Amino acid sequence: MAKLSEEQEMLRDMAQNWVRGESPVGAWRKQRDADTVAGYDSAVYGEMAAMGWTGITVAEAHGGSDFGWMSLGLVVEECAKTLTASPLVACAIAARAIALGGTDEQKAKYLPAIASGELVATIAVDEGPRHDPATITSKVADGKINGTKAFVAEGDSAGLFVVAATDGLYLVEDGAGVTKSRRQMVDHRSHAEVRFDGAAADKLTGGGDGLLDRVLDHARILTAAEMLGMSQQAFDQTLEYLKQRVQFDRILASFQALQHRMADLFGDIELTRSAVEAGLGALDSMGDNGDLGQIAAIAKARANDSLHRMSREMVQLHGGIGMTDEFDAGFYLKRARPLEAAWGNSSFLRDRFARLGGY
Amino acid sequence: MASLAEPSPSAEALDAFRIEARDWIAAHFPPALKGVDMSRSALEGPSDKSADKEAWRIAMGEKGWGTPTWPQRYGGGGLSDAEARVLQQELARAGASNPIGGMGVMMFGPTLLEFGSEEQKMEHIPRICRAEVRWCQGYSEPNAGSDLANLQCFAEDKGDHYIVNGQKTWTSGGQWADKCFALVRTDKSKKQGGISFLLIDMDAPGVEVKPIKMISGLSPFCETFFTNVAVPKTNRVGDEGQGWTIGKRLLQHERTNISGGRMGGGVSLSELAKACVGTDAEGRITDGELRARIAKLEMDGRAFAATAMRVAQEGGVSVASSILKINGTKLMQERSELLIDILGMQGLGWEGEGFTNEQIEAVRVWLFGKATTIYGGSTEIQTNIVAKRILGMPDMG
Repeated sequence: MAKLSEEQEMLRDMAQNWVRGESPVGAWRKQRDADTVAGYDSAVYGEMAAMGWTGITVAEAHGGSDFGWMSLGLVVEECAKTLTASPLVACAIAARAIALGGTDEQKAKYLPAIASGELVATIAVDEGPRHDPATITSKVADGKINGTKAFVAEGDSAGLFVVAATDGLYLVEDGAGVTKSRRQMVDHRSHAEVRFDGAAADKLTGGGDGLLDRVLDHARILTAAEMLGMSQQAFDQTLEYLKQRVQFDRILASFQALQHRMADLFGDIELTRSAVEAGLGALDSMGDNGDLGQIAAIAKARANDSLHRMSREMVQLHGGIGMTDEFDAGFYLKRARPLEAAWGNSSFLRDRFARLGGY
Repeated sequence: MASLAEPSPSAEALDAFRIEARDWIAAHFPPALKGVDMSRSALEGPSDKSADKEAWRIAMGEKGWGTPTWPQRYGGGGLSDAEARVLQQELARAGASNPIGGMGVMMFGPTLLEFGSEEQKMEHIPRICRAEVRWCQGYSEPNAGSDLANLQCFAEDKGDHYIVNGQKTWTSGGQWADKCFALVRTDKSKKQGGISFLLIDMDAPGVEVKPIKMISGLSPFCETFFTNVAVPKTNRVGDEGQGWTIGKRLLQHERTNISGGRMGGGVSLSELAKACVGTDAEGRITDGELRARIAKLEMDGRAFAATAMRVAQEGGVSVASSILKINGTKLMQERSELLIDILGMQGLGWEGEGFTNEQIEAVRVWLFGKATTIYGGSTEIQTNIVAKRILGMPDMG
């Protein structure tokens, strides 16, 4: 665990208490069973906004607290432990794109609304089922955008899209020329197909050529923080189960084979924690971000691999009970895979890491 | 199960048999069923009873070719292993699926043939060969999972019958089954030695079945409750206290079956990856890591198939079933993971628009497949069996 400031510790404890008290996994189960298009409860997101979480990475001038990415990462990690559904991650990334590339007018128009939780925003980048920002074909002409974005996170409830087009990022409000189609996925969260037919598009002119990559690196690191929270919870819960489940007249945790497996998983998740914290720290120290691409690739690839493994081990080590819908393990497994695919699976990220390293 | 000891038919005899099988299939297999997988119908039962399917089931059942190597005297095909392979090839050639299956064929039948009395074999085997009775397995209990011998479901001796009380769980196909082969406790003073093997009618008074919803959204398993269920002693297979020995043998059949079947089937991962990910000028999948993973899975899959064949040739079902189960289920799970990985987000649909039936099926199979390393004796238990019974490594003192 990174060395936290007193304020950060308070924030983390507050998030922990809120999640445990107000948003346990049972809340997600209800949300899942309710099967809504948005995939989350807007009243819950309202509560998060009231606690100031929606503005943690937004500048004070625009209604946020500018408390930083490490701080937001702490909140995201805690929320992920109980699979709390909300557009918190998507909004923070979209807001970052606007902060990095927007004009003062654009920032003033959208950032306060995102920071207050009134406006749900998200980035719309990929056009196919696999992350591949090199193949974008969405095109803007005369301020109108045409193209179809696939599996847009929180796309069903978003009022504002930050859309990657062939020549940069554009802001597109939901409305005329925007068609959303729900996709019911294994994690029961929102991953909409969003079609733009001549919708008004307002370009983010700042941020230079590397804007999309920088925004995606933010997405990779914050998503990795979410995945870290899930891995940690899956691990903690499994360890607890092994310590109480009795077979062959002894607790399962007393079997050396299982001890070694858990010790190995523990170390694996610790390495991932370091990588994620390094990523969040790099976002906070901005300015010098020459290495951000590699740092983000490490964080997300490690989070992918740790969660992939831990989500499987959680089911396996719980045995039959882990296979039942009544138990929570399946939720982690089902949420893990869409997150693994988002913003680059591990082979994509390893390839990116190598390219950035010049090999 | 035919053994290696029986004389192999000559090449000429096999050729003649091939003609016979081909002609018989041509005469009896309804062309409308070409390519239709009927392997699950025996387990799930009456959901689909089209005339063609019924006709094919009856024809195969009467011929005994659904259980080709079982003795003719009990309704089996009486074929040698070599003939059964030829039959399998001819069925595949015609696009015909074997409609005789389920737990009766895969697990219970072979075990009853080995341990059952003559009366029991005459009563049950022919009906398994004709897929007239669906069997389910009453083994696990809430506190008897990996430690199966800890089972508590009790059969009290009442002279000519038992009164059974207790709960079973993970009863595969319990909601569709006509009969259950169950491990019950007849003696509380001995762990393994107090277990007996009973055959219980699922429609007997006091049997209650509750489906369990799984993470895949399906409910192929049930909780089964026995409350004062009367079971005649003639329904006990083997002696009292012999249940553990019989039950373990049945598990070896189960493991061999779990590990086998689905490895070869399904779409080609490499073709799918070429289409979804793309290829370079030389036709190689552009994602090098994915390409290597597919190659590794295919290479390991071939080595696994060769191992399964070697085990069969070296004497059928044995402790080697543990090695097959460990590796077969691991490969199946890896295949499922690779499949959804190749499809990306498109491989993660749950229902509704935007996904093909095959894509949604792949997700359900991926999720349900996580059970294969748990049921039938978990991978951890199989690993113990290999260490102790094959390698002779002692228990911790």
